[in-house]
Amino acid sequence: MRSVQKIISRNKLADGLFIVVGLLALFISIGTLLALILDLALHGAPRLSWQFFTSFPSRFAEKAGILSAWVGTCMVMLVTAACAVPLGIAAGTYLEEYAPRNWVTDVIEINITNLAGVPSIVYGLMALGLFIYQFNLGQSVLTAGLTLGLLILPMVIIATREAVRAIPRNIREAVYALGGTQWQSIRDHVLPYSMGGILTGVIIAMSRAIGESAPIITIGALTFIAFLPPSPVQTTPPFLSLEWITSPYTVMPIQMFNWVSRPQADFHVNAAAAGLVLLLMTLAMNGIAIYLRYRFRKRIKW
Amino acid sequence: MVETLAMTNPTPELQRNSAPVLNSSLRATSATEAPGLKARVTGLNFYYGDTQALKDVNLSIAEKRVTALIGPSGCGKTTYLRCFNRMHDLYPNNRYEGEILLYPDEVNIIGPKVDPIEVRMRIGMVFQKANPFPKTIYENVAYGLRVRGVRKRSVLDEKVEQALQEAALWDEVKDRLHDLAFNLSGGQQQRLCIARALATDPEILLFDEPTSALDPIATARIEELITELRGRVTIIIVTHNMQQAARVSDYTAFMYLGELIEFGDTDIIFTNPSHKQTEDYITGRYG
Repeated sequence: MRSVQKIISRNKLADGLFIVVGLLALFISIGTLLALILDLALHGAPRLSWQFFTSFPSRFAEKAGILSAWVGTCMVMLVTAACAVPLGIAAGTYLEEYAPRNWVTDVIEINITNLAGVPSIVYGLMALGLFIYQFNLGQSVLTAGLTLGLLILPMVIIATREAVRAIPRNIREAVYALGGTQWQSIRDHVLPYSMGGILTGVIIAMSRAIGESAPIITIGALTFIAFLPPSPVQTTPPFLSLEWITSPYTVMPIQMFNWVSRPQADFHVNAAAAGLVLLLMTLAMNGIAIYLRYRFRKRIKW
Repeated sequence: MVETLAMTNPTPELQRNSAPVLNSSLRATSATEAPGLKARVTGLNFYYGDTQALKDVNLSIAEKRVTALIGPSGCGKTTYLRCFNRMHDLYPNNRYEGEILLYPDEVNIIGPKVDPIEVRMRIGMVFQKANPFPKTIYENVAYGLRVRGVRKRSVLDEKVEQALQEAALWDEVKDRLHDLAFNLSGGQQQRLCIARALATDPEILLFDEPTSALDPIATARIEELITELRGRVTIIIVTHNMQQAARVSDYTAFMYLGELIEFGDTDIIFTNPSHKQTEDYITGRYG
């Protein structure tokens, strides 16, 4: 009896030790992150004002703002989404639903997984050669959007495949048993039911793209830009214009980088504020992803 | 055991010669006229890759009657059932041999030239586990019609109501047709799946152990429903439950290790089987 108690107390000790180690690991990682965010917030928050969002960059730190940066970021993200989302969903759906199981598919699958891990600077170099020198797209919003689109394409494909794979077989069989074709099963069932997972993946991929600076520097975003791209909506017919996609641009991380590399301390405060804004943008996107996942999951239980 | 089975002739003369018109003593009082022939299976072999799952199966399916397939797990009942709507075509390396002639037009539905989608348009199926779409009750029932290109609201409304009536579900759901199907109970979901299949006016309705996931009351309702559908649609039902086969079916086929051991009137199979394997299974000696 006593020996049993001994064994139990020894096991419980190990149990307690592991909890302590686990908590420690958690505090180190969370603590570091919190310290960074807190530092950023303390430095940057006082600088956040209406003026900061509506001003172009300036030689004077107190007059400078992030107008061209956040507009540029929004436009680049728009192009990124427009290119990566349809391509990624179509490719992921094809691979999961139609592709025959053979070595060609295997090679493609392995490569997509690897592409998701390729350093972003490599995408920048490739875009420089392809989009700028080969296709002459210039240092434009379009180039940046396409580059980031390529960067997140593997992530969108993987998210789509996982979401599509999660649809149970018996739902598909129900469609086929009614005389449906594969396309009907995909259009009416598989894609709608997996949309929560796909959108979550898309937004998480986008929130990675929004913070990318290496490929954007490679393909030549401007670091100082005091004008906005032409507006996509106009007052004269045909009201919509695509001129903005050929415009030069800058984005939030580049603006931050620019300010951080200045010697004046006042600009560092600007950089912290811009960093805070970028962080909030990313958090907001992740929040939307969580909300979407929750909303779609609530309606569907297998 | 396996060897004795291999030597048994698994084809009672009934299937070889004619439709099961000959010696049928139908228990149900409605639709008492002699049934016609809906399908004739001849020399059906089925392979999952190199594994042969069905061996030279011969069987006649009577029109607007209930045919039950019984046998122990892994005997090929479900494999056999899924040949009728070409479900096996969805997965690679599956192969059919032989013939399933669908009457009256005598088309061989497992023939390579026949489009499986066309077969599935004519033959409906209800699965082991209720599998409603995560859509509304209405959309679930209407989906088979939408697949067929029906867009007119009035036609859809009418068909949906009719199918739900036939599946004995209308009274329970008529006030909440636009609720999600997942909010129904398990038994209701299964009847919804039956309604979904009925809405497309199938010539044959396949049931793959439709009550194995249901409680006894829900099971009784489904069995009642099958009995009501008899006389209107040809039904083939796979069941683990021998009492169920005895209760709902007109004809019973006993399968073992991919072979059809015995087929005949349900009454005769259950009271006076001519093969020892059948008798052993029915009396619970194995399975």
